[in-house]
Amino acid sequence: MKTLPIRWAAVPLLVLALAALLLAGPVAAQEGSPPPGAGVIPKEQVPPGLTQIPGPNSPRTADDVILYMDESKLVGRITIPDPALATLVQPEGRDWRYFRTRIEKWVAAIAIVGMAAALLLFFVIRGRIRIEHGRAGRTVPRFNGLERFTHWMTALAFLALAITGLIVTFGRPLLIPLIGHSAFTATAETAKYIHNFSSVPFVLGILLMIVLWIRDNIPGKADIDWIRNMGGMFKGGSTHPLSETGRFNAGQKGVFWSVVLGGLALAVTGYLLMVPFYVTGIGGMQILHIVHAVLGALMIAGILAHIYIGTVGMEGAFEAMGKGEVDENWAIEHHRGWYEAHKRELPRHGSTHGHGVSAE
Amino acid sequence: MARMKFLCDAERCIECNACVTACKNEHEVPWGMQRRRVITLQDGQAGERSISMSCMHCTDAPCAAVCPVDCFYQTADGVVLHSKDLCIGCGYCFYACPFGAPQYPQTTNFGGRGKMDKCTFCTAGPEEDFSPVEYQKYGSNRLAEGKLPLCSEMCSTRSLMAGDGEVLEAIYKERVLRRGYGSGAWGWSTAYAADQPGNAFSPGRSGLDNV
Repeated sequence: MKTLPIRWAAVPLLVLALAALLLAGPVAAQEGSPPPGAGVIPKEQVPPGLTQIPGPNSPRTADDVILYMDESKLVGRITIPDPALATLVQPEGRDWRYFRTRIEKWVAAIAIVGMAAALLLFFVIRGRIRIEHGRAGRTVPRFNGLERFTHWMTALAFLALAITGLIVTFGRPLLIPLIGHSAFTATAETAKYIHNFSSVPFVLGILLMIVLWIRDNIPGKADIDWIRNMGGMFKGGSTHPLSETGRFNAGQKGVFWSVVLGGLALAVTGYLLMVPFYVTGIGGMQILHIVHAVLGALMIAGILAHIYIGTVGMEGAFEAMGKGEVDENWAIEHHRGWYEAHKRELPRHGSTHGHGVSAE
Repeated sequence: MARMKFLCDAERCIECNACVTACKNEHEVPWGMQRRRVITLQDGQAGERSISMSCMHCTDAPCAAVCPVDCFYQTADGVVLHSKDLCIGCGYCFYACPFGAPQYPQTTNFGGRGKMDKCTFCTAGPEEDFSPVEYQKYGSNRLAEGKLPLCSEMCSTRSLMAGDGEVLEAIYKERVLRRGYGSGAWGWSTAYAADQPGNAFSPGRSGLDNV
């Protein structure tokens, strides 16, 4: 409120197209200090209020009357019981509009289409990463039922969130021309509800993931080797780094932490957007929406890479989350540290090794 | 064709809230929703002014630009309207609107805001004129009866004016000249481009904002 007198003072200033003299008088009069450089109107003649008397610089023609002035955010008092409406003009909406109509779409399109193109290019160049020594035929248990349930619950929820989010973001330019306005409204409204409710299994899944996997995702020495080796991305075979990779390699740890941190950030911003004005005002919601949209786009791009390497990108990888068991040679090539530590427990899991006895 | 605008002369508004009451009553606006409200700036201080504010029916309407379902349209009179059949209640228009005009009934489950409601310049919506469903969704259609918005008709000091922008401009300029002072037409620089009247558009128009 402290700055308001000056803003008000700016109004007659523009109206009268006059510089500081008149401005200084009334403002100073309000604040009870002598007008600096008081000139045209002596202080004692200036009644309270800024524009109560016509000054010597009053507009003389209609063209002097200003209709379009500089409006910055103005908050006043309001008698109706909705304090959010006390804002008279909220120019930040323009920045948010620019984000929503331009930046959001470009960021999401570049991130997602760019990632898809990069993966396609990688697939063409590198092909499917094979198990170098072929399948051993024996399997090692890797993820138990609870772990797989957690993974797939989160995965399905994320897919639902991603697709519905993309519908709301890109539907207007892409879907409305195809299916028309009323069909798209039905689609978008359903998408909105699916988006809201899928957040529950998504957040539950993330919390379970933290409990189940945070122990195995603490960065370690092997991760430096893995990163230096680029995860064997550009090597001929799936060469193992110098030190032995534990249960999760640096890439998987990266996925874990981006899902946990990114997912929680998406959840927090999303839930705050669901309850307008409980925590933030409009300005806060604009920022929340920007964070939510950018993070969502980056998460979709990241998960695309995760889906790629877990399915077509690497032989033997899908079985980990599919069946819960991986081929022994896959385990040795990608997670030798985990395999060695795990081997000592193997007798207890002996029953799971019946698949490939002939290979021995 | 007239370009309909609102102009609130802040030097005349006495914060009687008659415009607010008239609007609520005319359109049976539900509890908790405000199509129009009066804001007092510098309350209790020198230079206090009250301004009646609602949807200003912008020339380049931000609500229409950000709407994910493209439910807004602008009539040939420059009035910005929307279709409640298309609206999904996402709240985007509320983030973008400089005047806080969009309102939502909070009658649905969490995260659902219901169909947006805002000032229609007493022009209702895309339904058939004077039909019960039109009144139910958008309120009364005074413009189709040849009348101006009730808020401005109700204004006892003729502070709030509604009508053709050029006429409002002339009235306001004459007032400012006679008074010798004025505080500008609040909301005009944000809502209306100084040199263009705005173009009528309907859902599905082409334009860069859609890209």
